[in-house]
Amino acid sequence: MTASPFILETRGLTKAFGGLVAVNAVSIGFKEREAHAIIGPNGAGKSTFVNLLTGHLPPSGGEVLFKGANIAGLAAHKVTRLGIGRSYQKTNIFPSFSCFENCRLAAQSRLASSMRFFKPARSYRAVSEQAEAALTAAGLAARSGRIAGAMSYGEQRQLEIAMVLATAPDVLVLDEPLAGMGKEESELMVALLKDLARRYTLILIEHDMDAVFAIAQVLSVMVNGTLLESGPLDQIRASKAVQDAYLGDGAEAY
Amino acid sequence: MDSWFFLIQVLNGIQYGLLLFLVASGLTLIFGIMGIINLAHGAFYMLGAYLAYWLAGMTGSLIAAVLLSLPIAALVGYVIEALLVRTLYRRDHLDQVLLTYGLILIFNEAQRILWGNDVHGVAMPTALAWSVKLTETLSYPAYRLLLSAVCAVLAVAMYLVIAKTRFGMWVRAGASNRDMVAALGINVKLLFGVVFAVGAALAGLAGAISTPISSVAPGMGDSVLILCFVVVVIGGVGSVKGAFFGAILIGLADTFGKVFVPDFASFTVYGIMAAVLLWKPKGLFA
Amino acid sequence: MTSHIPKRLAILLLVLLLVLASFPLWGKLVFAAKFTFLLQKVTGIMILALLAMSLDLLVGSAGLVSLGHAAFFGLGGYMLALASPQYDAASLWVALPAALAVTAAASLVVGFLSIRTSGIYFIMVTLAFGQMGYFFFNDSKLAGGSDGATIYVKPTVAAFGVTLIDLDSKLSFFYVVLGALVASYALLRMLLASPFGRVVSAIGVNESRVQGLGFNPMLYKLVAFTIAGTLAGLAGFLAATQYGYVNPAMLGWHQSGHVLVMVILGGMGTLFGPVLGAFILELAHHLFESLTDHWLLPMGAMIIAIVLLLPKGVAGLLIKWTTEKEDGP
Repeated sequence: MTASPFILETRGLTKAFGGLVAVNAVSIGFKEREAHAIIGPNGAGKSTFVNLLTGHLPPSGGEVLFKGANIAGLAAHKVTRLGIGRSYQKTNIFPSFSCFENCRLAAQSRLASSMRFFKPARSYRAVSEQAEAALTAAGLAARSGRIAGAMSYGEQRQLEIAMVLATAPDVLVLDEPLAGMGKEESELMVALLKDLARRYTLILIEHDMDAVFAIAQVLSVMVNGTLLESGPLDQIRASKAVQDAYLGDGAEAY
Repeated sequence: MDSWFFLIQVLNGIQYGLLLFLVASGLTLIFGIMGIINLAHGAFYMLGAYLAYWLAGMTGSLIAAVLLSLPIAALVGYVIEALLVRTLYRRDHLDQVLLTYGLILIFNEAQRILWGNDVHGVAMPTALAWSVKLTETLSYPAYRLLLSAVCAVLAVAMYLVIAKTRFGMWVRAGASNRDMVAALGINVKLLFGVVFAVGAALAGLAGAISTPISSVAPGMGDSVLILCFVVVVIGGVGSVKGAFFGAILIGLADTFGKVFVPDFASFTVYGIMAAVLLWKPKGLFA
Repeated sequence: MTSHIPKRLAILLLVLLLVLASFPLWGKLVFAAKFTFLLQKVTGIMILALLAMSLDLLVGSAGLVSLGHAAFFGLGGYMLALASPQYDAASLWVALPAALAVTAAASLVVGFLSIRTSGIYFIMVTLAFGQMGYFFFNDSKLAGGSDGATIYVKPTVAAFGVTLIDLDSKLSFFYVVLGALVASYALLRMLLASPFGRVVSAIGVNESRVQGLGFNPMLYKLVAFTIAGTLAGLAGFLAATQYGYVNPAMLGWHQSGHVLVMVILGGMGTLFGPVLGAFILELAHHLFESLTDHWLLPMGAMIIAIVLLLPKGVAGLLIKWTTEKEDGP
C-alpha cells in the first residue's frame, strides 16, 4: 500500500438499512489539519456517514482508514480511543454532572484504563488539567462548577465541544454544532470552530452555509447517500452539478 | 422410550404452554402497548382461580363459575388501571415495578383475608371426567384436551383480532409507537383501560380453567408470573407471536424436565432462557 | 447521583450513626425486657441495609435495576451452611473468603449474561436468574432442599487458637455487623469517587455518551455488578451467621423486591438512603405486624403511597431540606 496523504479516509463506505442504502460507496479523504465540511440536503446520509466514521454504526461495506489502518466496524469506544472524537447533533451530555465533571470524565478516557478503584478521580492532576484546558478552549472556564443541565442551550453546545476536546483527539468530527442556536450563540460558536480549525483536523457536518464557508477549506457534497463532489471551497461553489443539486435551491443555502 | 408415553408428555407440554400463553400474552400486550411492567399480573391468575373455586362451590357448576369469574377479573383489572396504573405511564420502570409490587402484597393479603391459607381443589365437572384411551394401559384426560382446545381457539381469536380488526390496528400501532396512536385521535385512556382489562381477564380465565388439574393455593400467582416473564423474555417483550412460541417452548421444557430431570425441573426452564438470551439478547421475535 | 452531601445532612447522619452505635447502651434502659430481642432485630436490619446499599451501586449509580439481587445474598448464606461441618464450627478465615469468592464468581457469570440486555429486559433477566438460584437450592438435595439448612455452631474467629471475637455473643455480633456496614459504606464511597466510580455513575446518566467518550460500558457494568453481588454475599453470610439458618426464600424474588423497595424508598444513588430505607421499611413491618395479622395490606399501601408521593425517596427529601437551609440568607 502506498503512503496515503490522508489521516482519515473512507473507501467505498456503504451502509444499507434493509433495502434503503443510506450511504452508497462514499470515498472521501481527510487531510491532517484541514477543515473539511460535508454538506447536503436533509436525508443525504451525512449523519449516517458520521456514525460509520466514528464506530456508532457498523458499515455494510467499504473501509475506513485511520492513519493507514482499517477501523471499519470497530466499536465506538475503540474509535474514540484511537483519536477520533465526535460531538452530537442532539446535545448529549451528563446533565446531572457539573460542567467540569463532564469534561473530567472525557479527559479520563485518556488514562490507559479507568479501572482504578482507590484514589479519588479528582486527585488525577493531569486529567483535571486536561479538562480545565478543554473548558477554557471552549470558552467555558467560568462555568466550571455549574450543573450542566442547568446551563443555557448555547453553553451546553459549547460543553459538547469541550468534552470532545478533553478526549485529546487528532480528528474532530462535529455533527451540526450550530443546530438550534440563536444568532449570537452561533457567532460565538463559529469563532470557536475557526480557532479549532487551526489546531485540529476538523470534519464538520453543517447546514448553515455562512458558517461552512467561514470555517471550511474543503467541501464534500452528499446527495441521496452518494458523494456528488469533493474539493476546495471555490471549486465546489463554482460546480454546476452542485449548484443544480443543492446550492442552486438557494432557499436552503442562504 | 415408549412413543405413547412420549405423546402424552408432548400433549401435556403443549397444554401447559397454551395455558401460560393466556397469561403471558396479557403481560406482553400490556408492556408492548402501555409500556407498563405489571408485576401484579400473576395476581389476576390467582384471582381467577380463587373466583372459580368460590363460585363453583356456590353455583355447583365449574362452567358457570368460569363464565362468572371472567367479567369480575376484567372489572378488577379495569378499576386498577383507572385508579393506579394510569399514574405510571410517564414514570420510569422502577416506579412501575415498585407500585405493582405493592399491589401484589395487597392482592396476596386480600386473598388470605377472603379465602384463608388453605390449599383447595376443584372437582372436575362430571361431564368432562373421562379419558381418551390410547393403549391398554395409557389414556389421556378429556379435560386437558378441552383445555388445550379452548386456549388454542383463544390464541387464534387473538391473532385474528390483532391482525384484522381496527382495535388490533390500534394495538399494533401502539406497540410500535405510542405517540402515534395518540396523534391518530384514538381514545388512549379507553384503549389502555380495555387492554389492561382484557389482559386481566385472560390471566383470570387461565387461572379459572386450570383449577380442576392444579390446586388453588396462596402464592400461586407468583410462580406463574415468573414463568410468564421467562416466556416474554424468550419471545421478545411486546411480541404476542413471541409469547406464543415462548410459552409452548417453556411448557414443553417444563414438562419434559419434570420427566427426565425431576430434581432440576424448574432449572431447565431458566437454562433455556439463558441459552436463548446468549443467542439473542432481545428474545426470539423482538 | 449526588456525590456531595450537604454539611447539615452529614452531621445528621453522623448523629444517627452514633445513636445506632450506642443502642446497646441506651436500648437496655429504654426497652428493658425486650432489649435482647430488639438488639437482634436491629442487627438484622443492619444486614439488610448492607444488602440494600450494595444494590444501590447497581440501581442508583449504574442504572441497572436488578430484581435478582437476593440470589447473591442467599448464595453467601448457603456458602456458610455448606462450609460448616454438621456439629462443629467453621473457621471464619475459610468460610468467609470461600463465600465471597463463590458469590463473586456467580455474579460475574450472571452479570456477563445479563448486562447484554438493558431496561426492562435487564429487570426481567435478573429476576429470572434470581429464580434460577432459588430453584437450584429449593429442588436440589444439596442443603436441605426446600426445608433449608441449619448452621448449628457459629463460625469461629480465632488466631493461633485464641478466640478473637465470639460471634455467639449478640453484642459482639451487633458490632461486627455495624463495622461491616460502615466499612462497606466507606468502600462504596471510595469506589464512587474513583475513576471507575465516575464512569459507572456516568453510565447511569447517559450510557451511549460514555461509550462515545471512549469507555466500554459493558466492562464497567460487569465489574460493578460483580462488586455489588459480592457485597450482597457478605450480607448473606452475616445473615446466616445471625439466624443460624438458611432457606431458599433468601434467594427468591420477594426478597429481591423487598430490598429494591428499601433502595427506592430510601432514595437511590445516595448510599445512605437505602440504609434509611431498610430501617424505615423493617420498623414499619414490625409495627404493622404488631397491630394486625394482615400486615401486608398496610405495607402494600405504604409502598404505593411512597411511589406516588416521594419520587426521590426519603434521602431526596432530606437533601432538599438541608440544602435549602444552607443556601438560605
